Amino acid sequence: MVESFPHDFVLACEGRPPADVVRAALAPRFTVAPDGRPRTLRLTWLDTFDWRLHQAGLVLEHSVGSRVSDYTLTSNDGEQITASARGVRWPALACALPPGPLRARLQPVTDVRALMPTARATATVRQLRVLNADDKTVAWLTVTDMSLAGQDASQLPPRLSLTAVRGYQAQTSRIARCLAAAPGVTPAAASPLDDLLAATGRHPGDYSSKIDVKLTAEMPARCALEEVLLRLLDTLEANVPGTIKDIDTEFLHDLRVAVRRTRSAVKLCGDVLPAGVPEAFSGEFKWLGDVTTPIRDLDVYLLGYGGMAAGLLAATPAELEPFHDHLVQRRKVEQRELVRALRSRRFLDLTRTWRKELAAPAPRRGITAAALAADRIDRAHRKVLKRGAAITPDSPPESLHDLRKRCKELRYLLEFFASLYDPAIHQQAVRDLKGLQDCLGEYQDCQVQQHEIRMFAAQMMTEQDVPATALLAMGELASKIARRERRARREFAGRFADFASPASQHRFRALTSGAGR
Amino acid sequence: MKILATYNIKGGVGKTSTAVNIGHLAARDDLRVLLWDLDPQGAASFLLRVRPRVKGGGKALIKGRRELDAAIKGTDFDRLDLLPADFTYRNLDLILDSTKKPTERLDRLLRPLADEYDLIVLDCPPSISLLSESVLHAADILLVPLIPTTLSVRTLDQLSEFIAGFDGHKPKVLAFCSMIDRRKRLHREIAEQLPEERTDVARTVIPALSLIERMSVERAPVTAFAPRSAAARQYVALWEEVAKLGL
Repeated sequence: MVESFPHDFVLACEGRPPADVVRAALAPRFTVAPDGRPRTLRLTWLDTFDWRLHQAGLVLEHSVGSRVSDYTLTSNDGEQITASARGVRWPALACALPPGPLRARLQPVTDVRALMPTARATATVRQLRVLNADDKTVAWLTVTDMSLAGQDASQLPPRLSLTAVRGYQAQTSRIARCLAAAPGVTPAAASPLDDLLAATGRHPGDYSSKIDVKLTAEMPARCALEEVLLRLLDTLEANVPGTIKDIDTEFLHDLRVAVRRTRSAVKLCGDVLPAGVPEAFSGEFKWLGDVTTPIRDLDVYLLGYGGMAAGLLAATPAELEPFHDHLVQRRKVEQRELVRALRSRRFLDLTRTWRKELAAPAPRRGITAAALAADRIDRAHRKVLKRGAAITPDSPPESLHDLRKRCKELRYLLEFFASLYDPAIHQQAVRDLKGLQDCLGEYQDCQVQQHEIRMFAAQMMTEQDVPATALLAMGELASKIARRERRARREFAGRFADFASPASQHRFRALTSGAGR
Repeated sequence: MKILATYNIKGGVGKTSTAVNIGHLAARDDLRVLLWDLDPQGAASFLLRVRPRVKGGGKALIKGRRELDAAIKGTDFDRLDLLPADFTYRNLDLILDSTKKPTERLDRLLRPLADEYDLIVLDCPPSISLLSESVLHAADILLVPLIPTTLSVRTLDQLSEFIAGFDGHKPKVLAFCSMIDRRKRLHREIAEQLPEERTDVARTVIPALSLIERMSVERAPVTAFAPRSAAARQYVALWEEVAKLGL
C-alpha cells in the first residue's frame, strides 16, 4: 500500500531563492538540481459560469508560454488529461477544442454551457530534480511564482508541487515528510485557483441559480420575502452581461427563470410588501419576461435541432438546413432586440428601483415567514389539486396550460421557502410535483413548437425562396412533435393521479402544518 | 504496441548500449517506452541509474501484470520507463519452464501493457535458452548487433533459419554491424558488403567509439549526454532504420 502524502506546499522564502529553501529541507539524504531554464507562462483557469467543472471535481488550466499552449484537466482523484491547442478564443463551448480525450471528458460535464476564464495569472515556473545517492531522479519539484494579472505579486507566495517518478513513491513520501517538517515550507491548504480567487474576493461555486437563502421560521414574512427577491435580483443581474455578450444560451435561461420567480413571488406573496409595490413592479417584470421570450423559444429549437434532424425518417437532415438557417437569422434579429432592452433606461431603472425598494428597512412585525409559507403553499397545492381533478380527456389544451402555470407557482413557493423545511420531506414533495410538471411541460412545449413551426414556415415562404423539400422536412418535424404531444396528453392522467395520491397529499400536509420543519 | 528485442547469442557485442540508446531515442520521438533489462548482470539498469532489484524476483514478475506494474521504474527521461534487472533472472529459464506454454509466456505477459506503452525494448542476456526462445516468440522486431566476422554472419544465418521454422508470428530480423574497428580491414570489408548483399542487415553501422564506452561513466544514453556526437548520430540513423520496419 503506497502511503499518501502532501503534494503541494507553500513557501515562505524570506528573500532566499526557493531552490535554496528546498535544498536545505532535503539535505543530506537528497540533493536538488535545476532542470532547464525557468519558464514564464500565462495561466488561465476555465470553468462554466455556474461552475460545472468545479462541481464535478475538475480543474481546467490553460498555460501559454513561448512554445506551448497546453490545457490540463485535473480531477479530485488525481486523473489528469492534457492536450495542446492554439487559437481558441474563450468564452466558447468545449467543442471549440480539438477532438480528443480532453474534449470528450469535458463535453458531457459542460453540456450547453460555455467555458470562460475564472482566473488569470502570470507564472514563473522552475523545475527541480530531486536526486538520490545514485544521482537518480526520484521526484520532480515545480516551483511556481504566481502573480495575479495586474495586481501585486507579493499577494501570492511561491508554491511547490511534488511529483513522484514512477516506482519511487516511498522515497517521494520521505521527501514530502522532509518538506513538511522544514521551516518556511507548509503543506498548501488550498489550490492555486482557490488562492487566486480568494485574492480577488471570489470563491469557486460563487454563482448558482438556486435560491440558497437561509430563512428562519420566526422571521417576519416581509423580511423573508425581500431576502428571496433580493437573491433573485442578484441572479438576474449576474446573468445580464453573459446574455448581452451571448456567451451561451443559459445566461438568458437563468435570467428568465429569475424574472418568472420574481413575478410569481410578487403575485403570490406580494401582499406582505408595502401597499402599491406589487402593482408598481409587476407590469415591468412582465415586460422583461416578454422581451426575453422570442429568443428563448428559438434557443429551445436550436438546442434540440441536432436531435430533431437526426430523427427524420422521410426527409434528410440536409433538407432541413434552410429551417436551421432561418432560426439562426431570426435569433440574430431577436438578440439585437434583447440587447437593446437590457441596455435600455427602462431596464436599468427597473433593477435599480427594485433593489432600492427591497433594501428599505422593514418593520419587524406582521406574520412570520413560516406562517406565510404554510398558507401560500397550502393554497397553491389545493389549487393544483382542484384544477387538475377537473381535467378530463375532453378538456381543452388551455386547461392543461393553466394547470402547468399553477404547478410552476407551487414549485416556486417550495423553492423560496425550502430552508424552512426538513430537506427529506421537502425534496420528496418537490419530486412528487416534478413528475407532473415534466408531463405538462412536454405537452406545452409541443403545443408551442407546433404553433411556431407553422409560423416559421409562413415567414420562410414570404422572406425567401424556400425549397419545397425544406417545408416537407418541417412537416415531418411537426408530425413528430404532434406525436410527442399526444403521448404527453395520454400520460397526464397517470401523472396527476400520482401527484394527488394520499401519500403525496400527506407529505404536503406535513409541510404546511409545520410537522415538516 | 511493438516489442523490440536486442539479441545475440554472444556477449559484449553492444546489445545493452543499443537497447538503451534506441529506447531513449524512441521516447524522444514521443513513444511511450518500457525497457526491460532481462540480463541478470543489470547493465541497462546501471546505465539508467536504477538499482537492479525487483521485489519477489523474476518468479514474481512472470506471475502476472500486477507484479510487473509494481516493479516498473521511471527513468530520468520523459516517457522512458525501466523494468530493472534482478539477479534471480539467472533462473528465468527454470521459472519459465514451470509455466504452461513457456515460449508464449513473455508475450502473454507483455501484450496487456499495450494501453500504457507504444514500444517495449527487451535487452536480452547473451545465451540460447528457453528465455531467448520466449523473447523470439514475443518480439515483433529483433535487432541483432553483429561483430563483423565470418562466424557472426554464420550465427545470423542460424538465427534466421530458427525463426523461419516458427508457426504463426515471426519477428522481423534487422542485424547491424556493431563495434566496428575502422583500423581492421576485415571489419571494414564486411561492414560494407553485408548491407549490399543482405536485406536483413542495416546500412547503419555502430563504430567502436570511446564515447559509447563512456556511457557507463555518465550513466546515461550517449544520445542524451552527447546528442551531437558521431556516436549519437549513428544511433539516430539506426533508430530511423528500425522505425521504418513499422513502429
